[in-house]
Amino acid sequence: MQQALAAAVSIVFDGFAYAMLLFMISVGLSVTMGLMGFANLAHGAFAMVGGYVTVTLMNAAGVPFLLALVLAFFIVAVASVPFERVLYRPLYKAGELDQVLLSIGLVFMAIGAVTYVYGPQPPGIAIPGFLKGQVDLGFKSFPTYRVFVIAMGLATVLSLWYGLERTIVGARIRAAVDNRRMAQSVGIDVDRLFMLTFALGSGLAAFGGGLAVEILGLSPRFAFLYLVQFLIVVAVGGLGSVRGAFVAAVILGVVDTAGKYTWPEGGAFFIYAVTVAVLLVRPAGLFGRA
Amino acid sequence: MTGSAQAAREAARRHFVGRDRWHWAEALPWAAAVGAFVVFPDYMALGTQIVIAIIFALSLDLILGYAGIVTLGHAAYFGAGAYAAGMLSAHLGWHEPITGLLFAGFVTGLLGLASGLILLRYHGLTLIMLTLAVAIMLQEWANVQERWTGGFDGLLGITIEPLFGLFEYDLWGHTYYWYSLAVLFPCFLVARRIVHSPFGLSLVGIRENTRRMHAVGTPVFARLVAVYTISAAMAGIGGGLFAQSNAFVTLDVLSFSRSGAILIILILGGTGRLYGAFIGAVAYMLLEDELAKIDPVLWEFGVGLALVLAVMFFRNGVLGAAERLARAVGIVRS
Amino acid sequence: MTALLEIDGLQKHFGALQVTRDVNLSLEEGARHALIGPNGAGKTTLINLVTGFLAPSAGRIRLAGEDITALGQAERVKRGIARTFQINQLFLGLSVLDNVALAVAERTGSAWSLLRSPRSSATVADEALDYLDRLSLTADALIPVRELPYGRQRLVEIAIALALEPRVLLLDEPAAGVPSTESHIILDAVASLPADMAILIIEHDMDVVFQFARRITVLVGGAVLVEGPPDAIAADPQVRAVYLGEGDHG
Repeated sequence: MQQALAAAVSIVFDGFAYAMLLFMISVGLSVTMGLMGFANLAHGAFAMVGGYVTVTLMNAAGVPFLLALVLAFFIVAVASVPFERVLYRPLYKAGELDQVLLSIGLVFMAIGAVTYVYGPQPPGIAIPGFLKGQVDLGFKSFPTYRVFVIAMGLATVLSLWYGLERTIVGARIRAAVDNRRMAQSVGIDVDRLFMLTFALGSGLAAFGGGLAVEILGLSPRFAFLYLVQFLIVVAVGGLGSVRGAFVAAVILGVVDTAGKYTWPEGGAFFIYAVTVAVLLVRPAGLFGRA
Repeated sequence: MTGSAQAAREAARRHFVGRDRWHWAEALPWAAAVGAFVVFPDYMALGTQIVIAIIFALSLDLILGYAGIVTLGHAAYFGAGAYAAGMLSAHLGWHEPITGLLFAGFVTGLLGLASGLILLRYHGLTLIMLTLAVAIMLQEWANVQERWTGGFDGLLGITIEPLFGLFEYDLWGHTYYWYSLAVLFPCFLVARRIVHSPFGLSLVGIRENTRRMHAVGTPVFARLVAVYTISAAMAGIGGGLFAQSNAFVTLDVLSFSRSGAILIILILGGTGRLYGAFIGAVAYMLLEDELAKIDPVLWEFGVGLALVLAVMFFRNGVLGAAERLARAVGIVRS
Repeated sequence: MTALLEIDGLQKHFGALQVTRDVNLSLEEGARHALIGPNGAGKTTLINLVTGFLAPSAGRIRLAGEDITALGQAERVKRGIARTFQINQLFLGLSVLDNVALAVAERTGSAWSLLRSPRSSATVADEALDYLDRLSLTADALIPVRELPYGRQRLVEIAIALALEPRVLLLDEPAAGVPSTESHIILDAVASLPADMAILIIEHDMDVVFQFARRITVLVGGAVLVEGPPDAIAADPQVRAVYLGEGDHG
């Protein structure tokens, strides 16, 4: 009994850490999909690039881990803007199929480009000493890094919540997600808003990608391997909903971890079953609008 | 009615009724298929796989190109057909090839009907995600059912009797090439008949303006389920051929990669044009065979680039571009 | 005169917003009935309710005595209700002939035909061409609809509805968006419709309304303000105040 409980706590903890990574990477995708209705399967590429930027800064320039993460956020955020303007913007009015195809094409190109620059082997990352080992939370010890990831995830969701609920920019974003035409007609510059949101989402994905290297590993195929997971978080949570992305990430993170732990051969089955179940009953996602 | 109106009516009538008449250019793909055998007899194993891909792509064109159903999980039916045909031989000891294919098509047709009845109630991103998730679920489930599917290691022990007891299978895959072509031909005929029929026209109507179709009295859901079932059966036949020609089936037949690849093939060749499946499959698989060996990374990058270009500039793929060119040069009347 | 279409106490609300309030309306065979009212009065919503695109919150709809309130759109079309849309809903990439042939094939049941015999497609083509002839669209039969001027597209919109051979035809502002120089074509087409077809037309042009209608229903804020023959409506002070009297646009 004691063992089962300990195992359950481990699973929930690991699942939650994984969920925080999923959340940080996917939340930007959810908001931009809700805002502009663009199905962007290439979002994972931002996470992947974020991971590589983080690793490069650390290994080549000796930048400390935490600073490297922050820099990765800004670098990718800024770099993503021209992509939005040149590639995505012309397709906002296009159908889902075109958007899906374009973004899949971009994922392949990103994988190719990254492999060319870095080679196919996963790069190593050396997390700083104070994040290694275990931390004792009283009733149990947990790996420090995972605690750190969870803390980062919670900080992110709280900052996003604050930003969306308490600032004017946040209010504008919420208005535009809710009803874009109405927002435009009251004078909100939706195009600029979208650029900002897109950059923020990409930067956050990069940050999450950098954090994920230690737990999920990093390789050029990262963008493709986790593509489905990010999409699932967004679809199950509901487009345009930060709360939805968080809840969906937690559900999926914990279910996936629990599934793989209890049933190693077929554990991945469960998140897809949950996804199908949610979408059948609520096609717009848990917190999406029909 | 005035003389010119009468003439216009006659012309319109003739065009409408004669739309499914065979055009001489339609013989080209088959001539090319025969020619390929003559010129490249050592590549017939690849040729067989290309033919299988054409069947798979045709099935996707019916639902995606014509009816506008966007799916990222069509490999579910291809894979189900592959495993059905494979298991029929490996586990149930039935080795006759043609009935094996019919069995595969029947099973996947049922699967398509059952899943279509549920999934086709959804649209847009929801449908895309559902088809994707269902296909992955099927793949995971197949992985678990190791006893039947061979799991990760794959399904072995598939043996196929000589066709009609006469045609032995040779080392160079010649027999299989002709066998595959012989399967492709009726599949193609069926697809061609469907798209030129009033049923096919109604699919285009549903794709172009679903709202209007409802207002015209179309039972849209029933129509979509019907074409989805047919498409699934055809994909299953392609999968069955795959199992028979390779005598080996792995979980990859159900994978997202496979669904994605056939989508790319169809897009690059051109949707809604039937022959886009031919062009796309031939071009993609030939290029993949050559380039992926040399530099797989460059190949993948190239495919990505081709997709991006296709979406941004070359809607309707190669065939669409060729049509535009032909129209511009005056070969084809608008 | 027995009613062909009866709308009985129809209500529709979206949350707290009531868009249709207790509407009663009936059309007899051969009716020429106009539905007028200010923008946002709920006229198109009423058509959406009758065709089944929207489900009512309360009330009943009867066609030739049969309660069709629970039936779906396709079933109502099969029983003889057809509509045109205020903004064209056409198959832009298809030819004019294909647009109408789709409707003909649907009506005759040949749309389920997976095989194609030259004889059946000739029948569909001939029927569709008859409708094109009636609306002088024959010359454009093979032209993709998106290449037609908007006025002629509007005719295709009507042709599709006619091809369904409805008993009740609901026209939603058939001349909307058509340049005034061309609108007579639409109106001539409407005038030449079969005498036994019940027609409900939403229209803003008062000249057209008074020329066409034998009965007029005035809809304001989702409710019927008044109903009656044209001269009674024209003389009604309420109507004048709400609609006709406001400004000089009609």
